[in-house]
Amino acid sequence: MSTADVTIATAPVKKRKRKKTFFTLLLSNRLAVIGLFFIVVWTLLAVVAPWIAPHSPTDTDTVSKLQGPTIQHWLGTDNYGRDILSRILYGARISIWTGLIGVGISFIIGVPLGAIAAFYGGKLGNFIMRCMDVLLAFPSLILAMAIAASLGPGLISAMIAVGIVGIPEFARLMYGQTITLKEKEFVEASKAIGVKDSTIMFRHIFPNALGPILVHATLGMGFAILVASSLSFLGLGIQPPTPEWGAMISEGREYIITGEWWLVTFPGLAIATSILGFNLLGDGLRDVLDPRLRSSK
Amino acid sequence: MFGYILRRLLYMIPGFIGIILITFVLSRVLPGDPAVMIAGEQAPPDVIAKIRVELGLDQPIYIQFVDYVKKLFQGDFGTAWHTGHTVLQDFSSRLPATVELTLASIFIAILIAIPVGIIAAVKKESILDHISRVFSLIGACVPIFWLGLMFIFLFYSKWGFFPAPMGRISDGINPPTAITGLYILDSLLSGDMIAFKDSLMHLILPAICLSTGTMAIVARMMRSSMLEVIGQDYIRTARAKGMRESKVIMKHALSNAFIPTLTLLGLQFGFLIGGAVITETIFSWPGVGGYITDSILATDYAPIQAFTLMSAIVFSIVNLIVDVLYGALDPRIRYE
Repeated sequence: MSTADVTIATAPVKKRKRKKTFFTLLLSNRLAVIGLFFIVVWTLLAVVAPWIAPHSPTDTDTVSKLQGPTIQHWLGTDNYGRDILSRILYGARISIWTGLIGVGISFIIGVPLGAIAAFYGGKLGNFIMRCMDVLLAFPSLILAMAIAASLGPGLISAMIAVGIVGIPEFARLMYGQTITLKEKEFVEASKAIGVKDSTIMFRHIFPNALGPILVHATLGMGFAILVASSLSFLGLGIQPPTPEWGAMISEGREYIITGEWWLVTFPGLAIATSILGFNLLGDGLRDVLDPRLRSSK
Repeated sequence: MFGYILRRLLYMIPGFIGIILITFVLSRVLPGDPAVMIAGEQAPPDVIAKIRVELGLDQPIYIQFVDYVKKLFQGDFGTAWHTGHTVLQDFSSRLPATVELTLASIFIAILIAIPVGIIAAVKKESILDHISRVFSLIGACVPIFWLGLMFIFLFYSKWGFFPAPMGRISDGINPPTAITGLYILDSLLSGDMIAFKDSLMHLILPAICLSTGTMAIVARMMRSSMLEVIGQDYIRTARAKGMRESKVIMKHALSNAFIPTLTLLGLQFGFLIGGAVITETIFSWPGVGGYITDSILATDYAPIQAFTLMSAIVFSIVNLIVDVLYGALDPRIRYE
């Protein structure tokens, strides 16, 4: 058997082994598994919300308003008699979408900007990174508030605000990765054989920088959900009667003093567990993808 | 050192221009015409046109920007139409309340997080370490607005430990004579113990609420940097010399482990400004944060714009101060 035959025969086996190792390592991390559990549960609930929600999330019923948890309404009803469980289930759709689109905007704009700034360097790179520094000078929530306020309250504004706030972090991360990777032999070799810059960035640098970006995106989902719900709480996110967790807490705010705790408690737990899920999974991914952290454990 | 600070201040100028540019651009993408918002939907066109001229909205965009910068240097941040005062007047009357709340929350965060972080590192894998880990995890994912409302439900509505979450002092009690504007300090300085006790009771819940996120992150950072430092050779040497463990930790380890924590505290300042807006809203705290929420609800953009600008500038300056403090903490750091 020739050497070439051996290489061909062993390559897929190697690949399969590496894949298994990544997932085995991830699943052996107890906290990451708990995080993954929360994410899977919330995603499933969001998907099947129309089929499993016991009531309509927007139908009002003044007769049964402000009822505590009962057999009919497991998590109670709000000041309009709307079922809180149903609103939380539908609210999961909005929170997860806002997180995904927000992080997506940050990713799609931030990653190429960071890669271009590091790859070309010079005045262009300096200009891009100084712009990112200016964005980072704003406290995140304040910038998100200012953007959402200037665009006018609404779901789209909240998504854009969350997305813009996250751009500089992605850009800086990608910048750091590209600076290291562009000096590697495989990038120099690609340049030497005349591969286009965009191909080098997209086909060679990006896949190698994916690990830390994936970790950041996972952690960013938790942050995006937190910022979006904060915007809704302040009246800058999605508008009533659409169910959204932050807005539900805002609506239930005045009833907490009179003791109607369920209006605020359950949506808050929903926000906390979903953020916890993304934070735990993000930390777990970082441990798995960074061998230094793994060995120090 | 002085040269370093001056250089850093000079480097900040382009950053400040960028900050001003962003706040200006944000104010110009506002949906609707600001003149219509001020005059009202039903106002006749000539009134709206007059307001447009007064606001300079009839000018080309670059002239509007130059005017905006000129006004900023004159301390003119516009007028908040929902209060009828200039933004600067509103800010200055509300700033002491925000400063008091923020300082109290930083104080609580440091007071709790630093010792917890140290103990968690020294007694690694102990029950206290696990408790601090769980607390940090929760602190990082619990929204501040939910935590504040839960505090109000438990500590005011249910158990009645604290006064109603309405402002800085109870209605029946006179605020202390204004010296610094901070009620706790002013009541102590003027010896007014009734005002001191009442304002302290009003301050505790919002301050703890605002500090929780910072506390969680600082405790974790303190733990990890402490763990790194106590594994170093010089700590082993100090122990080998027979030095008391408390002295090894407090004198040798803490000063080095505190540097990354200080950076984090500087970065947390941004979180505290954002958190103050929410905390003040929940506890009806009469500070700048609550005023910003009122402005959002009234779609009054001038205060939001001014607050965004000022918080970015203050945040940048705080981070500069943190960088300068490194030198005081670690003599090995030299500014060139």
